[in-house]
Amino acid sequence: MANNETLLIIEQLSKSFGKLIAVDGISFHIRRGSCVGLLGPNGAGKTTTVEMLEGIKQPSGGTILYKGNPLDADFRQEAGIMFQSTALPDFITAYETLKMFRDLYPRSIPIEQLVEACSLQEFLDRDAKRLSGGQRQRLLLAIALINDPEIVFLDEPTTGLDPQARRNFWKLIREIGERGKTVVLTTHYMEEAYELCDEILIMDHGKIIAEGTPDSLLAKHFNDVVVQLPADDLPEHFDARDMDIFRANGSVEIVTSDVNAAIEMLMSNHVSLKRLKVRQRTLEDLFLELTGKELRDES
Amino acid sequence: MSPKRLLAVFIARNKEFLRDRSALAWNILFPVLIVGGFAIAFSGESMDVYKVALYQDKGSEQVAGQEFLNTEYIQFIETDDLDHEITNVERHQVDMLLDRNTQRYWVNTTSPKGYMLERVLKGTIGNSFKRQEVTGGEIRYVDWLLPGVIGMNMMFSALFGVGYVLVRYRKNGVLKRLKATPLSAVEFLTAQVASRMLLIMAVVVVVYFGTDIFVDFAMFGSYFNLFLIFALGAISLVSLGLLIASRTASEEFAGGMLNVISWPMMFLSGVWFSLEGTAPWVQKLALIFPLTHVTSAARAIMIDGASLSQLSGHIIALLAMTAVFLLLGAVTFKWE
Repeated sequence: MANNETLLIIEQLSKSFGKLIAVDGISFHIRRGSCVGLLGPNGAGKTTTVEMLEGIKQPSGGTILYKGNPLDADFRQEAGIMFQSTALPDFITAYETLKMFRDLYPRSIPIEQLVEACSLQEFLDRDAKRLSGGQRQRLLLAIALINDPEIVFLDEPTTGLDPQARRNFWKLIREIGERGKTVVLTTHYMEEAYELCDEILIMDHGKIIAEGTPDSLLAKHFNDVVVQLPADDLPEHFDARDMDIFRANGSVEIVTSDVNAAIEMLMSNHVSLKRLKVRQRTLEDLFLELTGKELRDES
Repeated sequence: MSPKRLLAVFIARNKEFLRDRSALAWNILFPVLIVGGFAIAFSGESMDVYKVALYQDKGSEQVAGQEFLNTEYIQFIETDDLDHEITNVERHQVDMLLDRNTQRYWVNTTSPKGYMLERVLKGTIGNSFKRQEVTGGEIRYVDWLLPGVIGMNMMFSALFGVGYVLVRYRKNGVLKRLKATPLSAVEFLTAQVASRMLLIMAVVVVVYFGTDIFVDFAMFGSYFNLFLIFALGAISLVSLGLLIASRTASEEFAGGMLNVISWPMMFLSGVWFSLEGTAPWVQKLALIFPLTHVTSAARAIMIDGASLSQLSGHIIALLAMTAVFLLLGAVTFKWE
């Protein structure tokens, strides 16, 4: 049974399009005030899942309960939505767009407050089609927040943004969380999930293949680290002493739970350690391990 | 139905259209250029044929004015409808009307040809016929064409303006975003219809009076009736645009559909030429197009001064089409 802290209960949710099963009987809970990240490669079922939670797509099976009730008109008032790719009407300024969306809701927060919260000041009078990628996403976020929602759905909010704009956007999302809102986020940037989410669901082929807090997921799946060297620094053939060696993007990675042994192995092969790096395993590695796919693999 | 939500979408849509300068300019310039072009093309007088209508009892041996009838280079046309022929004199369709029964003649005081004929008449038979004056401008091709061109412009604006915009919004996700708000489909569609109606009717008024300054159209009916007919036509065409765009997210498909509907409609609804000479089945077929009813009714008002009751058939047809298109469009509408 749901306790007071559980906002959304998802049971056996599924969605198929003809023969294709996009979402395959997934179940999870979303706690009030948490930030939940849905991670997965393209086609994993993230967007379909989120759009069912938003009430935009009808599930083929299973139930979604919001505060114990099926999704209804009240939910629409309490949900803020930012779709993956939304155009805005042409020839309308950012401010006018906000005004239009404000008038569509019975209850809304003052536009000035949103302008402040989403840093829209510099382009309020600009035509929506003249906005940069980051500005557009900020405006779309403001639209998602205009009805003062309790739960905010963000579907790949930072895809296509440059690293600077992405980091600025993370700050905005964090502030939403600080105001006590529940955030459901899909992304294929591991770093984003790690930075923002309290809870992560990793999806592939319509199923949840791992879930937990970012750190617990890493601790559960990895007890090793990665020793990294530029490929140029290693001879073509050397004695690897049964260690796992991976070559990728001009570097060589040795995955090991014993760093000392790895370094000893390298020294015995007369490899220079000047450019050696040791890093912790990341969600990216976890993802690769679980799905065998690169996260940003566009295929 | 929430007026606040409806108004929000209506206002945004109006701004969008008004700021899209190229589309707006095209909407106004296109009909002005066509009307202007035809006004200039048909302004030169062609053959100088003098036409006189003759009214007399059938079979009677009228001799009155016989000497005038012997004049060469005048085409005499016998008629048995005096009132109709007076109207023709008013519109310069004939240059003079001669009633041999009552020994009267009609000339149009603004017609140079009428003036010349009057001099000939007096020169041949003196003052035995009594002068009747009428006034009125010529009915030119451009007068006949204007209602058709306005209707056609309205059709393109309604079908493509509503159809394409909806399909584009569906394709790029604007509709999906609106669906996620409390806005209902009926509110959204009503706002689209209202916005497009406002703009079409504004363009109709601007184009009509704008070209009237230069071309000085014949207008024998009521401006109110004319406005009403154009408004009914506009709403039926806007509804048709909604129906075509109610489901598809493919601009290519919608474009194809719009062309398939608009081009036959333009040629078969008598915009450019009268359907009177065409096969009866063509004339029957043309009645399925809203534009046929708009063009015919507007011409009847402008050229014949028809009243609304005389046009009830067209009005009922336009209302019925609007109801069917709107209903089907609303029922089949999809946000995504």
